[in-house]
Amino acid sequence: MTAPDAHREPTTTLAPTAGPTTAGRPADNRFKILDATIKRHRRQPDALLEVLHTAQELFGYLDRETLTYVGRALRVPPSRVYGVATFYNFFSLKPKGAHSCVVCLGTACYVKGADRILAAVQQAYHVPPHGTTPDGQLSLATARCIGACGLAPAAVFDGDIAGRMTPAAAVARIAPWMPHDQ
Amino acid sequence: MSVRTLTINGQPVSATEEQTILDVAREHGIDIPTLCHFDGLSEHAGCRLCLVEIAGSPKLHAACVTPAAEGIEVTTHSDRVTAYRRQIVELLLAERNHVCSVCVANRNCELQDLAVAMNLHHVRYEPQDPQLALDASHPRFIMDPNRCVLCTRCVRVCDEIEGAHTWDVMARGRRAMIVSDLNQPWGESPSCTGCGKCVRVCPTGALFEKGATTTVRDPDFLTYLKTAREQKLWIR
Repeated sequence: MTAPDAHREPTTTLAPTAGPTTAGRPADNRFKILDATIKRHRRQPDALLEVLHTAQELFGYLDRETLTYVGRALRVPPSRVYGVATFYNFFSLKPKGAHSCVVCLGTACYVKGADRILAAVQQAYHVPPHGTTPDGQLSLATARCIGACGLAPAAVFDGDIAGRMTPAAAVARIAPWMPHDQ
Repeated sequence: MSVRTLTINGQPVSATEEQTILDVAREHGIDIPTLCHFDGLSEHAGCRLCLVEIAGSPKLHAACVTPAAEGIEVTTHSDRVTAYRRQIVELLLAERNHVCSVCVANRNCELQDLAVAMNLHHVRYEPQDPQLALDASHPRFIMDPNRCVLCTRCVRVCDEIEGAHTWDVMARGRRAMIVSDLNQPWGESPSCTGCGKCVRVCPTGALFEKGATTTVRDPDFLTYLKTAREQKLWIR
């Protein structure tokens, strides 16, 4: 591509092999998809959020290498990349579990006992809020309001909203995901 | 360049196009308290201490980013803004750990000065005292986030003057913190040049020199640096 800003190309190419490091990652085409997003935004620093979004969806989390890689590609200082990645709850700097449970703690859900649902899940599977079980099976998160107040108390299991939850129903819903010895 | 005329506390003053209310007030010896403002840096408008009233406007305006517009009537010390400023300083004092007697910046601290100027002897709010980890990994400097008021002076001086952009703000709300690079120990930061400008602009004892028993205040050093750079005039 003969982009007008070709003279500002970083000295390292964007190919995964020449990136900061890809050690420990399966050799896949996810970096190619990330590069495509970076190029689509013509490496403009203001595309940071867009590119981090893509990286988060591709890798499931943002590790130091990915943050460094994105920063270099978009010419954004590392500390700003880190600042943006930690400002938004959407981004995660740690790998997420195979399954996710988001308990809504919005006003309506809270009034209907969302705190008890959260406590029950925490206790049943030994998982801290915004944490993941040691075996990497379950990530627990909370949200301020998922916009399903009519279904209060609500929770989201692997992207599916479940309304009128009870502590027991939430624990039961997660049970099939977990090893049986728990 | 057109001249603007306005009044501050009933006193008629004139201003140039690019001046803010804060610039004009300071020029005329009217003291508007500030914390995040530092001569020579861009404005952050985060501390909200320079809030002033403008006749006819129901909201308060941050003097550091509000242009001195034609005909406006500014009040800098009404009961309303004075009460807000006091509350802001109280909240800042309660947010982290600001025990002056054991702080390196004691008697050289802008937060302390603000509290003294307001005759603030009591904080209405429960101190949060979050017990944040101190970063002493840098060979020359120490960063104590417990004293930090998140004014972002260090972030701006590192980006705008030194050009390294080592510092930035992570997270938000009460979890917000100043971090170097990818939240790594300062001493391991590959971008830090160790120039110490961040330490010199810090209003409190959050950034200080190792082994120092007091901090140094040098409010004019960036103005000096900029005059030297841009006009080749080395005058202090």
